[in-house]
Amino acid sequence: MFYDKKQECLSKRAKHKLQSERLIDVVKRVYESVPTYRAKMDAIGLQPTDIKSIDDIVKLPFTTKQDLRDNYPFGMFARGPEDIIRVHASSGTTGKLTVVGYTKKDIDLWAECCARGLAAVGAEKKSLLHVAYGYGLFTGGLGLHYGGELLGLTVVPVSAGNTQRQIQLMVDFKADGICCTPSYAVFLGDELKKANYSTKDLNLKWGLFGAEPWTEEMRREIEEKLGLKAYDIYGLSEIAGPGVASECEFQTGSHIWDDYFYPEIVDLDTLKPLPIGERGELVFTTLTKEGMPLIRYRTRDITALDDSPCPCGRTGVRLNRIKGRSDDMLIIRGVNVFPSQIESALISSDERISSHYHITVDRINNLDVIEIAIELKEDAIFDEIKSIEGLVSKVKADVASAIGVTADIKLLSCGSIKRSEGKAQRVTDKRQK
Amino acid sequence: MLVNQIAVFLENRSGRIAEFSKVLADANINIRAMSIADTEEYGILRAITDNNAKAVDTLKSNGFNAFASDLIGFIVADKPGEMFKVLDILEKSKINIGYLYSFAGANKDSAIILIKVDDNEKTSAILEENGINLMGDGLII
Repeated sequence: MFYDKKQECLSKRAKHKLQSERLIDVVKRVYESVPTYRAKMDAIGLQPTDIKSIDDIVKLPFTTKQDLRDNYPFGMFARGPEDIIRVHASSGTTGKLTVVGYTKKDIDLWAECCARGLAAVGAEKKSLLHVAYGYGLFTGGLGLHYGGELLGLTVVPVSAGNTQRQIQLMVDFKADGICCTPSYAVFLGDELKKANYSTKDLNLKWGLFGAEPWTEEMRREIEEKLGLKAYDIYGLSEIAGPGVASECEFQTGSHIWDDYFYPEIVDLDTLKPLPIGERGELVFTTLTKEGMPLIRYRTRDITALDDSPCPCGRTGVRLNRIKGRSDDMLIIRGVNVFPSQIESALISSDERISSHYHITVDRINNLDVIEIAIELKEDAIFDEIKSIEGLVSKVKADVASAIGVTADIKLLSCGSIKRSEGKAQRVTDKRQK
Repeated sequence: MLVNQIAVFLENRSGRIAEFSKVLADANINIRAMSIADTEEYGILRAITDNNAKAVDTLKSNGFNAFASDLIGFIVADKPGEMFKVLDILEKSKINIGYLYSFAGANKDSAIILIKVDDNEKTSAILEENGINLMGDGLII
């Protein structure tokens, strides 16, 4: 299923031409209307006319989250308030919010990207979409909402929270698809069971999950708990919101809608562009956005690209699964650790533990210590200390082999770890920064 | 003939056993026998109540991990050497005991011993052959 087959399957050559025209245009626009970009380009003696094709993108300066913070709230906007029709802000975990402004065309473009993603997993006009992403400043809810409507689905704007009602609506309305954060999907699955329903009471066929890094293990868990096929949808508010890239039915990685968002991978240390297939920091340039175009925006997400052909026919270069966001990366005793590695190890370690966890890092006597709180599943069987000790020591060994650092494992009763209705907060770092 | 018990996972922090007993008290459930095995970090509380099924449900809905399972219970005379007699039979039959707890019975001349083994059926048969007085839930509840 396609939303716009022609555009999604553009040949390499046609895409190169389109990307080139669009890059030339956007660079001209930001140079003229965003003082930060003019200053950045002037500083390195770069004129918009130096950009002649998409291949010249490497000459351009990067944009960072700090640039957005320095220009809080509207300093990065390329259009005036008369053209901006909506503002979103990202759920920054530290410091100021980062604000994004959209023109009418930007909203339409974003909806189109979400519509492409929905169509790619099999959504069709008669499908009913349960949107359990939060509606509001966070981009998740409204992005999928507009995308669903554009595709002609029946959209149920449930938003996040009120889990009992969510379950009731899914059972009563028989939604075909759902979108929310992966951690909330697991929670919904648990609550479904508690409410004495099973997946047979649902009609879910597919779900789009994103807004936080998640693992293949978690995908299987969600699929089992909600009885659907779980797809990854990638996005970030700075670039548009959810729907910058989406998996298709073949799940060979998430297709980036690269006629709109041009991806690069750069080396984490040198920021030099890396060849396709190598892992580094993902960088995006918005090729057509009007309200707040961004040039070479450093996402801090760590991944690799894949441009091998996909059986679906789409030519959008694909994102490998996000390994983590560089600012989620923990450095423990000099070792780089991503929470997603810990998550993979936990979920596959012992079937008696739930997929909820919390990582606490501290520095005691100048040594980094990491503690991982895990909890028993509600129906876990245990009645001997040795079986509990066996569980804890296996988890400890599995985590150590996954991340190369030994963690203290703290086993808790089911339900002890705080559930999230949006993005899960899974790490507390108590070390002095 | 088996004795049903509940096992409850407890994090080793102050007040957790009090919370456990409050949950059961509020549900009007009476604890008849109890034992706790613990390490520095956590413990497992095992108990026999007058309504184990209700106890498990109530505990679960109050955020405890709990489940019910069956033990072998037997009655011995409350005097030196009686427990050894039974354990000796099990040892000779190569039955491994996971854990054991006991308490003096309702009448002052006898004691009740509960054991966790891998194979309840086989163990019961061995004990019965040796004339040990097995018991069910009735005597405790």
